[in-house]
Amino acid sequence: MAKKTVGQQETVQEVKQTAWDIVQIARHAERPNIADYITFMCEDFVELHGDRLFGDDRSLIGGFATIGGEKVMLMGHRKGRGIEENIEANFGMASPEGYRKAKRLMKLAEKYHLPVVSLVDTPGAYPGCEAEARGQAEAIAHNLEFMATLKTQMVIVITGEGGSGGALGIAVGDRILMLQNAVYSVISPEGCASILWRDGTKAALAAETLKITAGSLKSLGIIDDIIPEPKGGAHTDAAKAVAAVKKAVLDNLAVLKKIKLDTLLQQRYDKFAAMGRF
Amino acid sequence: MAWFEKAAEAPLRVPTEAVWTVCPSCKAYVEKAEWKATDKVCPRCNYHDRMGCRERVALITDAGSFKELNAQVGPNDPLKFKDSTGAYADKAKATVEKTGIGEAVLTGTAAIEKIPVVLAVMDFKFLGGSLGSGTGERILLAAEEALKLRRALIIVSASGGARMHEGIVSLMQMAKTCAATARLKEAGLPYISILTDPTTGGVSASYAMVGDLNIAEPKALIGFAGRRVIEQTIKQKLPDDFQTAEYTQSHGFIDAIVPRKEMKAFLAKILRYASGAC
Repeated sequence: MAKKTVGQQETVQEVKQTAWDIVQIARHAERPNIADYITFMCEDFVELHGDRLFGDDRSLIGGFATIGGEKVMLMGHRKGRGIEENIEANFGMASPEGYRKAKRLMKLAEKYHLPVVSLVDTPGAYPGCEAEARGQAEAIAHNLEFMATLKTQMVIVITGEGGSGGALGIAVGDRILMLQNAVYSVISPEGCASILWRDGTKAALAAETLKITAGSLKSLGIIDDIIPEPKGGAHTDAAKAVAAVKKAVLDNLAVLKKIKLDTLLQQRYDKFAAMGRF
Repeated sequence: MAWFEKAAEAPLRVPTEAVWTVCPSCKAYVEKAEWKATDKVCPRCNYHDRMGCRERVALITDAGSFKELNAQVGPNDPLKFKDSTGAYADKAKATVEKTGIGEAVLTGTAAIEKIPVVLAVMDFKFLGGSLGSGTGERILLAAEEALKLRRALIIVSASGGARMHEGIVSLMQMAKTCAATARLKEAGLPYISILTDPTTGGVSASYAMVGDLNIAEPKALIGFAGRRVIEQTIKQKLPDDFQTAEYTQSHGFIDAIVPRKEMKAFLAKILRYASGAC
């Protein structure tokens, strides 16, 4: 199949989209990012900084937000737009401080009886020397335990790239939604190609094989719902794309709020326990 | 038969591997009998070589006390995964037959100096100890058994990380196993994690790092991202001791580094301190 670049999206819509085409849309520089969601989805946003332990990760941000009248704790990866912001945000690759800040905000959400809305868009957790020294693995692992038992409603939206453990570190919840052209994977197609095919150029094939698109993940029972995007991808009409996310978040929160907390937590446990049981 | 053919078929050399074990770390030649007597610990450099799960069970539990649970749970192939070396389903089947352990973790009930526990022991021989759906299911069921019996859970990890061949389903095993360990903690039951060589990627970023106590074997490789990935990211060579058990302990993530010979007695001592919780 011919490889298409992002500039050729009109043709993408005409012929069948490959997983690799969707990867390009998910990574598009103009794809709505957390700043856009804050601007277009929230009437109010109060950013809360820092993990109270070491620093304030600019790759993963969060705070109080009001979405369609609903008060929530909003958090998500931040890739930034433009090279300066990209660098400041470390291209959305969070450090242990980011995951620990997220945990602190989720704890606060539980205390103030606010639902958590988590927006996932990262190539992966930062694979750096300092991140290792300060316990990247431990930070993500503790979030996984923590989110499994957090006593409040949690809606997760995979908005762009769901890159492995770095995505999962803020992606355990009651509802997992995914944008039509988002991807979610255990490893990047490039990484998988270089390990299993010993050939980095086989990324398109790896993307297909790994089944990382919303449709595949829905049929595997990993995500609950797919949020449709404007024709050509979310970047062609950011306001429309964000509005669809807003509607999906509010619809799901309304359903979750009617469920008793004990039942909700049991359902959350059962949901993840059933994953990989065939 | 010509004289030159005859000479070729009768080598005089005694095969090295019949007498010697070469230490994978310092390359010293150690007599096979000595290697066995030291439980695969190099007498020259103290490297603790990888160990099969059944050998490990024999080493840390009371003789005859181990009873396997959920042996019927095995690998699944949700993606129908195929790479350049063939189909995952065939590889998994061949591995089950070759190793006779059914999955990358062996789980069951056992006693350590007469203290009843639930035990899960990973085996690197089984597809690099990778965390697949069967692995995650066995660990979740072991944690649920510990909850039911009100016993401590001990997990011995040996894994390169998530099993790529099972894609997103393998990533979800991180969330699944942590949901199970979180439940144990909510019930106030002890969970002790033992990290052996290697414990990296998705296993270090899930259950291996969230023990009440994290215990490591000397010199075990422990970390999140692979050394090569980090070196490519930071464009620098990493120090030799990077991501060793000793490095990880000095950064605050490991309670104790315990030599193999002392592990059983150490576990028994810890379990006696924790007995009030069961």
